[in-house]
Amino acid sequence: MDTPVIPVNYYIFLSAALFAIGLVGVLTRRNAIIIFMCIELMLNSVNVLLVAFSKMHHVAAFALDRSTAVGTEAQIFVFFIMVVAAAEVTVGLAIIVMLYRNIHSVDINFLNRLKH
Amino acid sequence: MIQYVFLIPLLPLIGFLINGLFRNYLTKTVSGWIGTGVMLASFILSIALFNQVRQPGFQQHVIFYFDFIRAGGLYIPFSFNVDQLSVLFLLIITGIGTLIHLYSTAYMHEESNDHFARYFAYLNLFVFSMLLLVLGANYVIMFIGWEGVGLCSYLLIGFWFGNPEYTKAAKKAFVMNRIGDLGFLLAIFWMITQFDSVRYLEIFSKAPGAPVVVLTGITMLLFIGAMGKSAQIPLYTWLPDAMAGPTPVSALIHAATMVTAGIYMIARSNVLYNLAPVTENTVAIIGLATALLAATIALKQNDIKKVLAYSTVSQLGLMFLALGVGAYTAGVFHVMTHAFFKALLFLAAGSVIHAMHHEQDITQMGGLRKKLPITHVTFLIGCLAIAGIPPFAGFFSKDEILAAAHDRSPILYAFSIIASLMTSFYMFRLYFLTFGGSFRGSEKQFSHVHESPMAMTVPLMVLAVLSIAGGWIGIPEVFVHNAHWLSAFLEPVIPIFKPHHTPLSHQTELALMGAVVILILGMIVWAYRTFGKSNVSFSTPEGISKMMANKWYVDEAYDFLIVKPLNAISIWIEKMVETRWIDGLVNGVGKMVLFGSRQIRMLQSGQVGSYILVMVISILVILMYQLFWKS
Amino acid sequence: MFAAFDNFPALLIWLPLAGGLISFFLKSEKASKLNALFFSVLTLAVLSVSLLYTDPKHYLLNQVSYVWLPNLGSSFGLILDGLTRLLCLLTAILFPLVFLMIPEGRYENANRFYGLMLLTQCGLLGVFMATDALVFYLFWELALIPVYFLSSIWGGEKRIRATFKFFIYTFLGSLFLLIGILYMYLKTSTGSFGLVAFYNAQLTLTEQYVVFFLFFIAFAIKMPIFPLHTWQPEAYEQAPTPVTMILSGVMVKMGLFGLLRWLLPLFPKAVQEFSLPIIVVIIFGVLYASVLALKQDNIKRLIAYSSIAHIGLMAAGAFTVKEVAMHGLTLQLFSHGINIVAFWMVADLIERQTGVSKISELGGIARKAPQLAIFFVIAAFANIALPLTNAFVGEFMIFNGLYQYNPWIAGAAGLSIILAAAYTLSLVKNTFFGEPAAAVASYKDIRPKESFVFATLTVLIFFVGIFPSPFFKLIYETVGLIVNRYVII
Repeated sequence: MDTPVIPVNYYIFLSAALFAIGLVGVLTRRNAIIIFMCIELMLNSVNVLLVAFSKMHHVAAFALDRSTAVGTEAQIFVFFIMVVAAAEVTVGLAIIVMLYRNIHSVDINFLNRLKH
Repeated sequence: MIQYVFLIPLLPLIGFLINGLFRNYLTKTVSGWIGTGVMLASFILSIALFNQVRQPGFQQHVIFYFDFIRAGGLYIPFSFNVDQLSVLFLLIITGIGTLIHLYSTAYMHEESNDHFARYFAYLNLFVFSMLLLVLGANYVIMFIGWEGVGLCSYLLIGFWFGNPEYTKAAKKAFVMNRIGDLGFLLAIFWMITQFDSVRYLEIFSKAPGAPVVVLTGITMLLFIGAMGKSAQIPLYTWLPDAMAGPTPVSALIHAATMVTAGIYMIARSNVLYNLAPVTENTVAIIGLATALLAATIALKQNDIKKVLAYSTVSQLGLMFLALGVGAYTAGVFHVMTHAFFKALLFLAAGSVIHAMHHEQDITQMGGLRKKLPITHVTFLIGCLAIAGIPPFAGFFSKDEILAAAHDRSPILYAFSIIASLMTSFYMFRLYFLTFGGSFRGSEKQFSHVHESPMAMTVPLMVLAVLSIAGGWIGIPEVFVHNAHWLSAFLEPVIPIFKPHHTPLSHQTELALMGAVVILILGMIVWAYRTFGKSNVSFSTPEGISKMMANKWYVDEAYDFLIVKPLNAISIWIEKMVETRWIDGLVNGVGKMVLFGSRQIRMLQSGQVGSYILVMVISILVILMYQLFWKS
Repeated sequence: MFAAFDNFPALLIWLPLAGGLISFFLKSEKASKLNALFFSVLTLAVLSVSLLYTDPKHYLLNQVSYVWLPNLGSSFGLILDGLTRLLCLLTAILFPLVFLMIPEGRYENANRFYGLMLLTQCGLLGVFMATDALVFYLFWELALIPVYFLSSIWGGEKRIRATFKFFIYTFLGSLFLLIGILYMYLKTSTGSFGLVAFYNAQLTLTEQYVVFFLFFIAFAIKMPIFPLHTWQPEAYEQAPTPVTMILSGVMVKMGLFGLLRWLLPLFPKAVQEFSLPIIVVIIFGVLYASVLALKQDNIKRLIAYSSIAHIGLMAAGAFTVKEVAMHGLTLQLFSHGINIVAFWMVADLIERQTGVSKISELGGIARKAPQLAIFFVIAAFANIALPLTNAFVGEFMIFNGLYQYNPWIAGAAGLSIILAAAYTLSLVKNTFFGEPAAAVASYKDIRPKESFVFATLTVLIFFVGIFPSPFFKLIYETVGLIVNRYVII
């Protein structure tokens, strides 16, 4: 029963690509919401990587011992990350909304006055 | 008697305290009497003391009072030394001091009550310090008196402090004296290091064992001290300026007593000087040079007190010559006779100034002999004494100096004769311009001239008698055998002068003596022919005369070489070093910090993007480092 | 009766502290002045009584130690030995006199002014008495902080700048001191801040050199020594005069005291190693300050530079570690305090009456105020160390020690006495002599209260100058102990 397995390399490339896209977005875009989305993208690229490695790990362990649960913790951890990220998004979006109310813009170049 | 010696300086101190503290409450009569009374009492005590010291077999006494400094291995007792030399100076100081106090009661009568009392307070304080100077049994006590007389000199020169010129002269006197004092202080330190003591007895007994270089150094430094106090080259310029003080002060401090302190010091240290021939020669040369230089200046001065002042400098130079050639007794002898006739001359000049209502310019005088008979006669006696006409006092002491100089070197002898000739010339120039001829001022002025009161003429007469007879205590061997009483009296302190060469025969000595006297008489005649006429013309001096009238521009040279550069440095330091360099450095550190922080602040632009970029780049760098370089 | 009473040191700390704290709650100026006078006189009285308990055989008499920070190895240790007694006496004498001289209505919020002054006194006494490095440091700062407030609140026009400079300078010094103290603490065998533990600490030569400089910089700034002196003229000029009196009369003595109590005994090898260059720099600074004083047109700055010169001489004397210089300098600590305060008092009187502190605008005060003139002349001659005034004894001995150390240096330093005469007499001449200038046309002579202060100072000047023996007896033991540390080496 030889199911074709996607090699872990693919996941790594995907994750790296996602991360890079997110990073470039954060660096180049000025719209706060897009930056926010890009940050989410980077976060999720890490999640993908986490799940991929965890699966790889689990497969290796499963081959030796069928009753093992090694590697599953990471997948549970990903859920936690997603929950925290959601909470973070709530706060972040709230800040952006407040900003928009104040300065009628979500362009971060207008936000350099926090230091004063 | 010895146990009461502390009273001699204490009485003037008490007089000072009374006059000083209660000056606002005392009348002139009371403060004058207090001032003079304590002096008289001191004088009487000194005579009593002298009577005791005079007895044959008298031993030097050191009387201990209390520990002045006793700490850290340094021991300086406060003790007095009574011996022949100090007693002689006691007599001169208190005797002439009494006369001058008496004179001052009349001379200073125009002052208000409090200033009058202040004057006597200063004068008493001066006498106290001077007595401390001669009575001290170690160099530190001498130094205390030394500085004390300097202080009083300062206070009295600037007595009329309303006049900025006078206070400037006072300051100059003190500062120049301080230069000498530094030498004195260093000498004391050197003595402490070398002999581990400041006491005369100990130092003199240990001195023969010390290396000559050390002794030369110590004596040189002491001599620098003497230069300041006794107005020798190069520190003499303060003395003529010191004439700003009241005339009795000039008589007491700047002629009779304080300026001879340097001679006292060297005579006291004769043991050290005898062991340091190099210093002795220096002393002789500087003394002679001063005598000549001051005499040339005195020839051309027109201020009656300035002439006397330069004459004092010149005579002091002669005294140093005596010390330098080893004739300490002759030096001390001349101190004494000089005290008599120079005090007399100053007081007589004071009488003239008093009569002329504070006119001091001799070109405005003349023909005063009829108006001021007593002053005239006494002044003449003073002039004869200083010129060295026998049998006046100056003859004997000056002759002794000349004889000693002759013994050392004919050159010294020749130059000292030149100095004496100039002395007689300028003194009689002064005499004839003041008393001879006819009055050159206005009629009104002349009609106001009157002889001074008794309180002023009595001291003049007493001093005149002393100027005549004062020299008879030191009659040379040539005239009477064994008649030099002074030399015998001082013998325990100052060994009798030992000639280097075989003494001249009596005939030669008499011939030389006669020749000098004839030359001096010639000078007097010359002075009379030039200045004794009824109409003397005064031309503006030219050439060398101008140099002499302007004191060889020494004051200007000092001003240019020392005072001005020092002031310039002071201003330069203030402007450059202090504010630019040091403060600049300190402020520079502060500015650096500010500047640096401004640069670093640029990074905090507030652009979130740039922060992230930096963050990413940093992470990448760290990553690269971890991956590729670490291993 | 009080044979067993040895709490004088603590009393001396608490009295001014209590007085200072009380002062903050007083309303009227009169009450706060009386309060300040009361507590400062009481301090003087306590100190005078304690002097009666001097037992020459027992120099450690009146040493107390309280539990303070036991786990750090620090105890609240205070001592009243000879050196301390002398400096405390100076402090205790000067404070009432300074308080007496403060005219009414001169300073706003007088209660705080007097309160801060008393706190300064507490700090100063603490510095002098501390036997524990941490306590010493605490009081060192405690004395500084009230002065900072006093100067920056009641000072002259440029007070903020001057005070800031003063504060930065001294605080920098304090930091060095703190590092030094902590290093020494780590090096003690038992982990203690006590003076004795410090004395016994074992340091390598290099360590000694480094820590020596840490301490030295702190003390040098405080004294101050050239070229760290530039805070002083400005601070003296800008601080209110009573504060200046305390600054120059007592506070600069903290630096010299630090040398005597901490630096010299702690680092004998380093002192011997570096004494020559340090003395040369100091003497250069002495001459430098003297020359600067020649042309100063501001009385206060002139006095400040004069003080730098005199303090420099003392510091140079300390680094010779010659016995005679050490005795002289210790006495001079006392004498200089008296003399410089006398100077400031006259300067203050002049400035208060005429509103002028420029010498060129003054002149002829002697005509208007003969009594003040007499006192000023006495102070001036004490300043130039005329014999029979107090400064002579000390300076004579310092010069003597310098001469033993190196005759040429003594000769160079001696030039300062000539310069001192020149600038001091110029000051006298230009302010007091001559005909009255416009500014002094309506000058009034001193009043009885001031006469009393001046008479006290005059008596002190002459007493110490003529009969210094009691003072030498007082300091003999302590100075001997310091010098002995050098004899053993």
